[in-house]
Amino acid sequence: MTAPIRTARESGLVACTRCARVWPMGTAECARCGSALQSRDTRSLQRVWAWLIVGFMCYIPANLFPMLKTRVLFTETDATIVGGAVELIHHGALGIALVILVASVGIPIGKFVAIAYLALTISRPAALSSHRRHKLYELVEFIGRWSMIDVFVVAILSALVQLSVVASINPGPAAITFALSVIFTMLAAQSFDPRMIWDSGSERAR
Amino acid sequence: MAAVSGDARLTDLEDIIACPQCDTLHVARIPALGQRAICRRCGYVLIAPRRGAYLRTIALALTVTILMIGATFFPFLDVRVAGMSNASSLFDTALAFVDGGIMTALSVAVAALIVLIPVLRSLLVLYVVAPLAIDRAPLPQAAAAFRLSENLRPWSMAEIFVIGCAVALVKVGDLARVGYGPAFWMFAALVVVILLQESLISRWMIWRDLDPKNRPA
Repeated sequence: MTAPIRTARESGLVACTRCARVWPMGTAECARCGSALQSRDTRSLQRVWAWLIVGFMCYIPANLFPMLKTRVLFTETDATIVGGAVELIHHGALGIALVILVASVGIPIGKFVAIAYLALTISRPAALSSHRRHKLYELVEFIGRWSMIDVFVVAILSALVQLSVVASINPGPAAITFALSVIFTMLAAQSFDPRMIWDSGSERAR
Repeated sequence: MAAVSGDARLTDLEDIIACPQCDTLHVARIPALGQRAICRRCGYVLIAPRRGAYLRTIALALTVTILMIGATFFPFLDVRVAGMSNASSLFDTALAFVDGGIMTALSVAVAALIVLIPVLRSLLVLYVVAPLAIDRAPLPQAAAAFRLSENLRPWSMAEIFVIGCAVALVKVGDLARVGYGPAFWMFAALVVVILLQESLISRWMIWRDLDPKNRPA
């Protein structure tokens, strides 16, 4: 474990991020799995910022417009994401309200901040070490999909509660913008090339 | 995993493995069954062989496909209130947003995320792994099939859907009485099987076995 770390790039090699095979620098395509090879994805950051900004733009209407339209007899109530969670707290379902708040508010906002931080610290000195930032990246990649939970809840409720005049639940416009926001931020996280986290770390160490 | 030291050892590139997350080079040494080889810098799991992984993967992929067909069309949940009832299948859930407008796109997306992509991934894995399990040459386009399966991995959201069910049940609980259909239990089992399948697959092992160089004709 005392041997120094050597990267493929420093050794004049290019690594395949899909199957981990290495090739001489300049090879265009991995002969094992067929992926395009790039020592560092230089346009990665552009794509990250693009997806992140679109994702954030979709997140704003997702919070302003109703997610669920509930009709019981002749009264119709609209609930936004946060409004729905507050309602759950009034019903005493604190745990479920917490799940919704974490999945639909905590995770998305945390993700915007985390991805922006990771992207910014590629070219600037960072307070966190490369190890910490890599952990943060793994967390963002792992947890991002779970925001989709609220969209699924809306889909289940709208399919299930269709009892003609007595009660019905229908999706509001926020369902679609929220789903888009989750998809775009997932794409932002996937566009990020984590190898750059380590590059910036080792350059400063020298 | 062992570090790569001198340039002399770089001559045979096939024995070198580079961490996809941090680019660190290692000499590929396949660990004992059940053990994992991790990147010495960032801890990413590089190789994780399991006993009988290919046969078990095939069994689980078949299970996923069969369970998903059942889970899609049998009644999933039903709700009763004031003498009225409504049963809905997974299929209905996916179609909940169909209104002829922009919401229809969301229906397609939901159907893809919870049904189509998990099934497609299982079929792709079957196509890739089945010949390897019986020591035959991979089928044509196996590498492309496995690439597609890997690209779709983050978009397979069956397990998230199950947690969504739990939340929806609590929300609807004080409005009406909810019953569970056979498809609900099928889907719950399905999620466990998908997670098991994921933990069995060692990507590096599959890529190595797919490599035409490693298969003397």
